Amino acid sequence: MDIGVVELSRLQFAMTALYHFLFVPLTLGLSIIVAIMETVYVMTDRPIWRQMTKFWGALFGINFVLGVATGITMEFQFGMNWSYYSHYVGDIFGAPLAIEGLMAFFLEATFVGLFFFGWDRLSKRAHLIVAWLVAIGSNFSALWILIANGWMQNPVGAAFNPLTMRMEMTSFFDVMFNEVAQAKFVHTVSAGYVTASVFVLGVSAWYLLKGRHIELARRSIAVAASFGLASALSVVVLGDESGYSVTLSQKMKLAAIEGMWETQPAPSSFTLLGIPDQQARETHYAIHVPYVMGLIGTRSLTREIPGIADLVKQAETRVRSGIVAYNALMDYRANKGKVAPDVARTFEEHSKDLGFALLLKRYVDDPRQATDAQIAQAANDTVPTVWPLFWAFRIMVALGFSFIALMVWFFWMSSFRNMRFPRIALRLAVIMIPAPWIAAELGWFVAEFGRQPWTVDGVLPTALSASTLSVTDLAITLAGFVLFYSVLFIIEMGLMVKYIRKGPYIDVSETDRWQTNHRDRLTAPSPFGQQPAE
Amino acid sequence: MILFELVPFEILRVVWWVLLGVLLTGFALTDGFDLGVGALLPFVGKTDSERRVAINTIGPVWEGNQVWFILGGGAIFAAWPPLYAVSFSGFYLAMFAVLAALILRPVGFKYRSKRESAAWRNGWDWALFVGGFVPALIFGVAMGNVLQGVPFRFNEDLKIFYDGTFFGLLNPFALLTGIVSLAMLITHGAAWLQLKADGPVRDRARAIGSIAALVTIVTYVLAGLWLATGIGGYGLVGQIVSDGPSNPTFSETARTASWFGAFAERPWIMVAPIVGLLGSLLAFYGLRTGKDLMTMLYSKLTIIGIISSVGLTMFPFILPSSIDAHSSLTVWNASSSHQTLFVMLVAAVIFVPIILAYTAWVYKVLWGKVTEAEIDRNHETVY
Repeated sequence: MDIGVVELSRLQFAMTALYHFLFVPLTLGLSIIVAIMETVYVMTDRPIWRQMTKFWGALFGINFVLGVATGITMEFQFGMNWSYYSHYVGDIFGAPLAIEGLMAFFLEATFVGLFFFGWDRLSKRAHLIVAWLVAIGSNFSALWILIANGWMQNPVGAAFNPLTMRMEMTSFFDVMFNEVAQAKFVHTVSAGYVTASVFVLGVSAWYLLKGRHIELARRSIAVAASFGLASALSVVVLGDESGYSVTLSQKMKLAAIEGMWETQPAPSSFTLLGIPDQQARETHYAIHVPYVMGLIGTRSLTREIPGIADLVKQAETRVRSGIVAYNALMDYRANKGKVAPDVARTFEEHSKDLGFALLLKRYVDDPRQATDAQIAQAANDTVPTVWPLFWAFRIMVALGFSFIALMVWFFWMSSFRNMRFPRIALRLAVIMIPAPWIAAELGWFVAEFGRQPWTVDGVLPTALSASTLSVTDLAITLAGFVLFYSVLFIIEMGLMVKYIRKGPYIDVSETDRWQTNHRDRLTAPSPFGQQPAE
Repeated sequence: MILFELVPFEILRVVWWVLLGVLLTGFALTDGFDLGVGALLPFVGKTDSERRVAINTIGPVWEGNQVWFILGGGAIFAAWPPLYAVSFSGFYLAMFAVLAALILRPVGFKYRSKRESAAWRNGWDWALFVGGFVPALIFGVAMGNVLQGVPFRFNEDLKIFYDGTFFGLLNPFALLTGIVSLAMLITHGAAWLQLKADGPVRDRARAIGSIAALVTIVTYVLAGLWLATGIGGYGLVGQIVSDGPSNPTFSETARTASWFGAFAERPWIMVAPIVGLLGSLLAFYGLRTGKDLMTMLYSKLTIIGIISSVGLTMFPFILPSSIDAHSSLTVWNASSSHQTLFVMLVAAVIFVPIILAYTAWVYKVLWGKVTEAEIDRNHETVY
């Protein structure tokens, strides 16, 4: 396999996926915030809440459409650039993608049109239901995508079938209730809620700074701060860590994130900061916080978290076991699937390590011919590059805590201090707008770069997964994506800014309607004895 | 006894072959008129508000319609992984073109009327045209190539090798089938505009659409004659194992004189091309005489007939290989595992009726013609 094609395919996938995820978190969170606002509108019948629903809904729409459009790229790309991957694991990986379409994407896409076009055609309640269906659809969509992604991190409920030369599903239930997938789902949607909350908060703060749309901005801050506080807590507390104990490579990812080269006696310390050195297998100038890592990683005082050196040793054992499986597999292949029972038994015993033997394909065509040095090299390849993971993770976590602080403060001020925000706090809220996107992108980087050298953890190495394309093919599409996506990004940002500057569309007839319907409220004597204004 | 073994493997394979056809047809029936309207846009709308009428007939529904395509992709991935892997990587640059067109389209709908500038709107109108025209053509071109066989092969690890080029896809027969597809979807788009639009947009759509219906008939017949006389078919050799493992290297395939052998074996499949031709004749008549609702039905019949005629003729082949016949993908060697097919079937049985029900409800809510007066009244909010 041409390594250039693999690297370019990785680059293209990373770029298009990170780009796609510029739009997804805002869709996840804003759909819910808009639905909450519309719920308040239906409950109170106040025109301001309808105005808020329409205003944030319009921004939601501008963002949503690019999320949809760039999502198509993701679905295409597995087949286009990763055809061996698609063949090898499509039996499992394809199912959640298809179910996502059936259960979630149809729902959100069918009703999103009605959300924008249905205001005059639907009753208030029916329109509210439509808004919630869009929100539910978006979030279910994330669930199934993360079940697919979770399976790449922790491939449960599947086994290699030597007759079809691919992984096949053994338990759909296991795939669906994969603990890594569930943890990722909660973490990812919470991150989306935080993103949308910070966005609504920041834009509203900007209005307050400009002295515009005060009523809309204050109410929006109240919604964003309370929803954002709950989400910021959940994104950190329910973080992603629960899945790290599951597989060897997940353990490796955790060790790499922590720069933990050797196993420490339990409970191990947490490295707050330091400079990881891959060559020397050491973290220089490390600042340790005792016990914390053991507590977070294992939720116990006694269990050890294995370090990188030990994990490499385990990987070497599995490479050797994988070679035995590979040997049996060659027997299957030579005889078109008809083998002696003892060969079948040997294969069954070792097949879970087959992927580790495939790591050798980078160095030797037939893994059975590998030298000890090559085996050691393959085992060593299971360590991802540590420093980017180490730093990306720390920046993400720091940002996560900053969102909690931001939301606590705004929640407190809006609930108990009558929304008297100092200007500096409002400015800070505006500056913070890009921060959740940075945190989310770093989060994906940690999850996926930390999975290397695998596309499917312990099953299929990245180096084998790509299609047999030419570097020219990749160059054309890569250039196309860069150009095309950059133009779209500029257009999208331009429209977002235009619509934020323009502000909400104030529909006078709505206010009139409210005044007619609620004349009693306007004319009733005030409990404070004052006469209502004429 | 495990639950999924209740339905035999070969039956599940046939069911998923049918469902593959249903999804492709569902896509052509729904998103097909969106593509058709896109391709018609510069010709049916001369002024800005006329174009907005055309765009807003599909404005609220294109998004849901496009999911048929996304779901089609997902279902091929889940139920026919080798087909997904071979076709998407083999047609690499063509897929990229489709992708670019399908990304332009959503953005065009949403962003076009968000600025007043005429240059901005004109630019997006062309984007919408490309976003409708290019996929409608390429899907037909792809069909033409599938019928001729595609230059791919598997090695023993089932790694895929593809020997063709992008320009190799644009051969004369494939271009002809591309025109069939384009004309068919333009007819469908015109039928939709006849139903949903008013005034000059509707009149122009009817005029262009009736020509497109005739083009559909002529090119479809020509392609059929070409296929019968000039293009070799494929056939399975030896014993057919219909419930064996999905491994294309286990089965044997040979070239045959023509795909039309299928009509001798299964004469009943003649129904498909007859429905296709009859449908497009009736669509021509409906567009001429201005029968709003019935024309939609006729153009749907055209699509169902034409797409199913391809699938039924090729059965059990899904994607034949022109350079290594034994690598050809068939219903019997290219599916997912027994369990996955079953799980997916359960999901489809649960959700497809629900999807159809709420889609129908949405169309009902949106019932009625889109007029220029309505666009002017809601110029802030509509597309």
